[in-house]
Amino acid sequence: MISLQGVNVVFGKAVSAVHAVKDASLHVAGGQSYGLVGESGSGKSTVLRAIAGLCPVSSGTISIDGTVVGPKRAKSQLRRMQMVFQDPFGSLHPRHTVNEILEEPLRIHGFGDVEDRITRMLAQVGLDTRFRFRYPHQISGGQRQRVAIARSLILEPEILLLDEPTSALDVSIQAEILNLLVELRETSGLTYLMVSHDLSVVGHMCDRISVMNKGKIVEEISDRQLFDGNFAEDYTRQLWVASKGYDADAIRRFRDFA
Amino acid sequence: MTAGRSALIQVENLKVRFDTPKGQVNAVNGISFTLGRERLGIVGESGSGKSQTGKAILRLLDQNGRVSADRLSFDGIDLLTADEQTMREIRGSRISMVMQDPRYSLNPTMKVGAQIAEAFLAHTDASKKAAKERAMDMLSTVQIRNPATVYDQYPHQVSGGMGQRIMIAMMLIPNPDVIIADEPTSALDVTVQLQVLALIDRMVQDRGMGLIFISHDLQLVSTFCERVLVMYGGRILETLPASELGNARHPYTRGLLDCMPDLGRKKRRLPVLERDAGWLRNGPQ
Repeated sequence: MISLQGVNVVFGKAVSAVHAVKDASLHVAGGQSYGLVGESGSGKSTVLRAIAGLCPVSSGTISIDGTVVGPKRAKSQLRRMQMVFQDPFGSLHPRHTVNEILEEPLRIHGFGDVEDRITRMLAQVGLDTRFRFRYPHQISGGQRQRVAIARSLILEPEILLLDEPTSALDVSIQAEILNLLVELRETSGLTYLMVSHDLSVVGHMCDRISVMNKGKIVEEISDRQLFDGNFAEDYTRQLWVASKGYDADAIRRFRDFA
Repeated sequence: MTAGRSALIQVENLKVRFDTPKGQVNAVNGISFTLGRERLGIVGESGSGKSQTGKAILRLLDQNGRVSADRLSFDGIDLLTADEQTMREIRGSRISMVMQDPRYSLNPTMKVGAQIAEAFLAHTDASKKAAKERAMDMLSTVQIRNPATVYDQYPHQVSGGMGQRIMIAMMLIPNPDVIIADEPTSALDVTVQLQVLALIDRMVQDRGMGLIFISHDLQLVSTFCERVLVMYGGRILETLPASELGNARHPYTRGLLDCMPDLGRKKRRLPVLERDAGWLRNGPQ
């Protein structure tokens, strides 16, 4: 479904150039839930943005369903792939009601029966119609993330790009949103590509996971390996140990990976 | 309740209220605890009152906040009635506070070293030269490899992890008895987060300080602290030794633990926390 071949992303020029993604290759099968983990600055979000066409690719190819996609995309291509962002506070227009937020993409892509689609979509993400005419500041963080998910799904995409969709939420709300995402994938056969810094969230949601460090994909692992703690790379092992909580002895052995 | 060998901070029936245009908001509803020379964790979700508890101790609440308590004392000093002069002497020099995000809590227009030295000068009669030396020492103590370079840098020139080490250096330089750390590492990557905690851990142990560690991260608190208070809706629902968190009895604590994805066991659905209005009616344990 999604294929990356030797993708490089460089921001800026000459001395101030930042090589954000270095020679990244990965393959996500249709219907799969694929994860990208790494620390801040590892390039995981940039990979996601490159796939979505939100940042320029310096070299390498990105193909969706066998078709190579470039910086210029047709509306029909864009519709098939939608993104959910990290911060539900920043990603919803503060002066638009939930209804307007959901209506806009439908109008842009020329969908009919707008009314119906909005009510159905709200029900699907577990929001009742009371929320339809509220503004983002009038609803909670978890409800806002539900609206963001509804907005991305209302165009009936095949691929959902999820950029840390729960990291701004309390754990109890995170559980609700993760459950919703699992259900939606089961009912609509979506393909997920999810970025997170949280190994346990990625392990819960995904079956294949690429681990990134400083722009490079260090290794690709399965969810099984994540449960067993069985890795080829020391970097992945260190991340895994760190995700288990505070252990003074383990921390003394932490090192910096180039 | 297990009081420390020597209680540094004693809190009895603490209440924090805010007057807002929409009426009174009760952020903290009558909580009691003591802090000894130990690492005490306060966990809770957003809005549980954990941060306001920390701020109330130092009387750092916003203008519209009001504190009441049967007792709120630090080392025999009544923090409810102490005058501003006394509070100024306590803040920073005897009780320090480490905030969440170094990007907002460091002065962006002042060099790192000067900020740390200022923290020292404000609480001692030392000369500027001595303060600089102390600040430099402190930077090495918090494991900054090139203190001389960092001393002359501005906050925007350092990474998040280094920024937080600088904050800690600033908080430790007056050698306080208590540190209140409010989500001190939430903005950092996990490995950096743990390294910063290791640093706090060592300081607390070496200097025999008391630490109040405020966090939303149950797993982190249970592995880092000795004792944990679980807060919800401005109340303490449960107090337990950190090692016993796995055997927590309160349905809220259990619910919080269960709804976290666990690397050890994969399940299709995460249990969802069912909240019970009754939790807030019963008095604190």
